Amino acid sequence: MSVDWNAFTPATALAGGALVGIAAAVFALFNGRIAGISGVLGGLLRPAKGDLGWRVAFVLGLVAAPLAYAAFAAVPEPRIDAGWGDLVIAGLLVGVGTRYGSGCTSGHGVCGLSRLSPRSLAATAAFMGAGFATVFVVRHLIAA
Amino acid sequence: MPILTSLLAGLVFGIGLILSGMADPAKVLGFLDLAGRWDPSLALVMAGAVGVGLLAFAIARRRRASFLGLPMRLPTARHIDGRLVGGSVMFGIGWGLAGFCPGPALVALGMGQVKAAIFVGAMLAGMGVFELLERRAASSAAKA
Repeated sequence: MSVDWNAFTPATALAGGALVGIAAAVFALFNGRIAGISGVLGGLLRPAKGDLGWRVAFVLGLVAAPLAYAAFAAVPEPRIDAGWGDLVIAGLLVGVGTRYGSGCTSGHGVCGLSRLSPRSLAATAAFMGAGFATVFVVRHLIAA
Repeated sequence: MPILTSLLAGLVFGIGLILSGMADPAKVLGFLDLAGRWDPSLALVMAGAVGVGLLAFAIARRRRASFLGLPMRLPTARHIDGRLVGGSVMFGIGWGLAGFCPGPALVALGMGQVKAAIFVGAMLAGMGVFELLERRAASSAAKA
């Protein structure tokens, strides 16, 4: 392993992470809920009574974030290398997987680890491990 | 009021993802590529988020109602089963293929990225498949 020190951005990573934590804190303390994106989004496909408003609001907040960010600084352009076919397969896997696994990077990773939940730790280890393995296979076995 | 705090939470969450670099799939894949030139930034995003989250959930755990008087709906499940691990592995494979998890994909959608729209469309389809399979399983269980 070699660390790419030029790509490493410790200050903005920590500050951005703290903002994510603050958002999860607001949602837990004011709404009494877990800020898990896959759960918030997936629940829209099976809306319970009185459930639609806050779910749509949370998703709208995420989608509108670049607009709000642009008021303070230039929004960095993301680089999406995956082709259309890979994006469709990846999207399907993420959609089905996060629902069966009851969470994603936010619900299990951020909120679950903050709650010291063994269940979320197991889920986080599983998706992180699978992510590491997939990138290894794609970049170092298939591409090599 | 819960809709407003939900919108705010989504907005701050998204701004945090942009600032941290996690809305950029190339940067996420740089973290998942342990055998390549590794970018450790994502680890610090998690550290920043969980650092704030630990404090927030320590407070949330002690409360019976949220600051807005809503019931606390924090997870109580503790079991680790095949559904949790299998779903999480599926999610991790998709995450490693495209570099997108649900939150950053919605933020990149808000940047007007066509590829993010394709991913989000496929992810919603995957969540829809989950709903159909769950309903089918529930109705066959009811018949049995």
